[in-house]
Amino acid sequence: MELTTTYKDGRLDLTFYGELDHHAAREAVQKIGQAIDSYLPRDCVMDFASLSFMDSSGIAVVLGTHKRMVEVGGRAWVVNVPRQPMKVLTASGIYRIVEIAEAV
Amino acid sequence: MNARNYIKLEFPSKSINEGFARSTVACFAAQLDPTLEELGDIKTAVSEAVTNATVHAYPDTIGKIMLRAKLTADNGIEIVVRDTGAGIPDIDKARAPMFTTGGEERSGMGFTIMESFMDTLRIRSVAGRGTTVTMRKKISMRIGKP
Ligand SMILES: Nc1ncnc2c1ncn2[C@@H]1O[C@H](COP(=O)(O)OP(=O)(O)OP(=O)(O)O)[C@@H](O)[C@H]1O
Ligand SMILES: [Mg+2]
Repeated sequence: MELTTTYKDGRLDLTFYGELDHHAAREAVQKIGQAIDSYLPRDCVMDFASLSFMDSSGIAVVLGTHKRMVEVGGRAWVVNVPRQPMKVLTASGIYRIVEIAEAV
Repeated sequence: MNARNYIKLEFPSKSINEGFARSTVACFAAQLDPTLEELGDIKTAVSEAVTNATVHAYPDTIGKIMLRAKLTADNGIEIVVRDTGAGIPDIDKARAPMFTTGGEERSGMGFTIMESFMDTLRIRSVAGRGTTVTMRKKISMRIGKP
């Protein structure tokens, strides 16, 4: 998995590429935590357009990012979710906690 | 009698093998001519079972994970993931959505996902001896399939 972070005008964009599983999650969580701590963004957008696979480890990543953003007084949401990750997000009921938006 | 196709894998509980295991089973399942969605369901369920064996069965050691997949008579697949690790003291509790012993890194949704993405899920476990997870899924026939 690849994860890129870009910050501009109070908004942190997290772009996920490839497969987000337990193996990839730890590094992703670390990278996201560091980016939030250093930029203290108002908005954090998780872009899943290039995420080809996700399992329950990804749910914990999304929830953890949401919690971290709430702690710094901001908010996080997910955009551009392909079919397989969407099925996992739906099964988990996480959309009741973190917004899954249509597009950016 | 027509012998049914099967595969057997054994690998150490290293997280790098999670991707290998789910991709291998997906490749094997491809001969049933599944839809992309069905293939995604199988991949996800295998990932959950193998991750559980990696994370929960062998928390502080590297143990063996055994995986079997076989074609079934109803144009389906049966997948068995077995470990000889910690075991699950209360299976009903473990199956409940959001139950986890894994802390912040886990969401307690693995069994719920296996259950909803596959047709059947059976868990057998003995505390201190290990866990066997058996999942089945029937693949719909191609005629008129999207
Ligand atoms: N192979 C196993 N060996 C020992 N305990 C297990 C095993 N599989 C599951 N468990 C136990 O069952 C609980 C529920 O598993 P489940 O996969 O539903 O959630 P999780 O692994 O905790 O979180 P998630 O799958 O969402 O990351 C686990 O927290 C663990 O206590
Ligand atoms: Mg799990």
